[in-house]
Amino acid sequence: MAFPVRVRLLVVAVALLSIAAAVPTQAQKRGPDGAPNPTASVIDEQTLLKQSPRVEGRVDIPDPRAGVLIEPAGRTWQYVHEVLLHRASAVIILGTIAILGLAYLSVGQIRIAEGRSGKKILRFKAFERFAHWLTAVSFVVLALTGLNLTFGKVLLLPVIGPDAFTLVSQAAKYVHDFTGFSFAIGLVLLVMIFFRDNLFQKIDLDWIKQGGGFIKNKHAPAGRFNFGEKLVYWFSMAGGAAVSVSGFLMLFPFFGFGIAGMQLAQIVHTVVAVLFIALILAHIYIGTIGMEGAFEAMGTGEVDLNWAKEHHDHWIAQQLAK
Amino acid sequence: MVRMKFLCDADRCIDCNACVTACKNENEVPWGINRRRVVTINDGKPGERSESMACMHCTDAPCAAVCPVSCIYPTEDGVVLHSKDLCIGCGYCFYACPFGAPQYPQVGNFGSRGKMDKCTYCAGGGGPEAPGSAEEFAKYGSNRFGEGKLPMCAEMCSTKSLLAGDGEVIAQIYKERVFKRGYGSGAWGWMTAYGEAVRV
Repeated sequence: MAFPVRVRLLVVAVALLSIAAAVPTQAQKRGPDGAPNPTASVIDEQTLLKQSPRVEGRVDIPDPRAGVLIEPAGRTWQYVHEVLLHRASAVIILGTIAILGLAYLSVGQIRIAEGRSGKKILRFKAFERFAHWLTAVSFVVLALTGLNLTFGKVLLLPVIGPDAFTLVSQAAKYVHDFTGFSFAIGLVLLVMIFFRDNLFQKIDLDWIKQGGGFIKNKHAPAGRFNFGEKLVYWFSMAGGAAVSVSGFLMLFPFFGFGIAGMQLAQIVHTVVAVLFIALILAHIYIGTIGMEGAFEAMGTGEVDLNWAKEHHDHWIAQQLAK
Repeated sequence: MVRMKFLCDADRCIDCNACVTACKNENEVPWGINRRRVVTINDGKPGERSESMACMHCTDAPCAAVCPVSCIYPTEDGVVLHSKDLCIGCGYCFYACPFGAPQYPQVGNFGSRGKMDKCTYCAGGGGPEAPGSAEEFAKYGSNRFGEGKLPMCAEMCSTKSLLAGDGEVIAQIYKERVFKRGYGSGAWGWMTAYGEAVRV
């Protein structure tokens, strides 16, 4: 009989020990007056913020956003957006304009070396030009309305006053939201039309070796598009995809993303958009006042034969052989 | 100088949502707009705490800094107000707000937002409407502040967890509480909102 009693005692002892181990030791802490200290097991805000960038909890409102109690990253986003991006954007855009201005003053318009032949050849079909101008017009509208959201309060608000500025900005916001769709459609068309002709080839290496046509007595060979144009194309497609995706995320706010995702989308949108504007400023420059005979390609669609021979010799050889 | 602030004593909040109801009733905010909410941390676990949160009327308010039409501004009492006449509903203030305070009525398809709405400290609006007028009430809600009264949420708090008033006064009340009862998990959000914690 003695043995089972011992076993029973052992079982009870183990059970008691395990219960004692399971009770959190914090529950035993007491305040100065001897009463249990209810905050002993509570982690304070600063501890929570060290564990996670946000303090989140349960909320009765059927809106998961409301469950984020404290999110100090909001202040970080404010600093990045209001200070860093403002300064960087101003430097990048004004810097690009300054560089292009200097280029025009020093180099001037690049002339067709042999002069105009008077013969025209079709470079871009009507549908290709439509796709380009759909994207281009959308881009300019988006850029101006977007810049208004960033710099409007510095440049325009003091000039026209708060009421008029709100009218302008409200309209600009709607225009920006809807033009995003036509820009995205144009982008898809450009991908479909010009994808193949912009794939990198061996000839691009020769073009770089020959100094891209910037060296007077060297001839840089190119197919339908030269290496520089291909770079503009791929940067534009990548930038266009980035601004479109981040833009649509902001058009449908909090659709599958929390506050951190929205803040990131906004920063990506701004950074890419500003670099995109700088790129397109250079594209506009070289396509208009920077080079004689270049604008016609997207204007009427027809270029001068001598211009084509000078800048796209392989392409014109193929066209004439047809 | 008087600087109006909110302080929620998490050790007193019982998640009764009286502040939420009081706010909705006092300001007659539309359906779907929640100027104040109660968030429960560690729900159902040891150390569960609830915290009532609305606009904290921050020092150097980030919403005011990012607003592209500069429609948000602090009053001389430290209350952050905005003008619904100027707001374009871009949503930037929500991205900048550390407390999720700005609210937007859904006005159309997709994510189109209406004019931003948020806690006004029951101090009316930041627009051109006359203080205490019906026009002001329709747009922004109550203007108790103009009558010398504190926000309804804090006044209705059943456990006096939510305190509103001059920052120094409510911090002192909280300090005395902590001293008396021997514990306190701190003034939540103060570091982020005002750049200072309540040291006890």
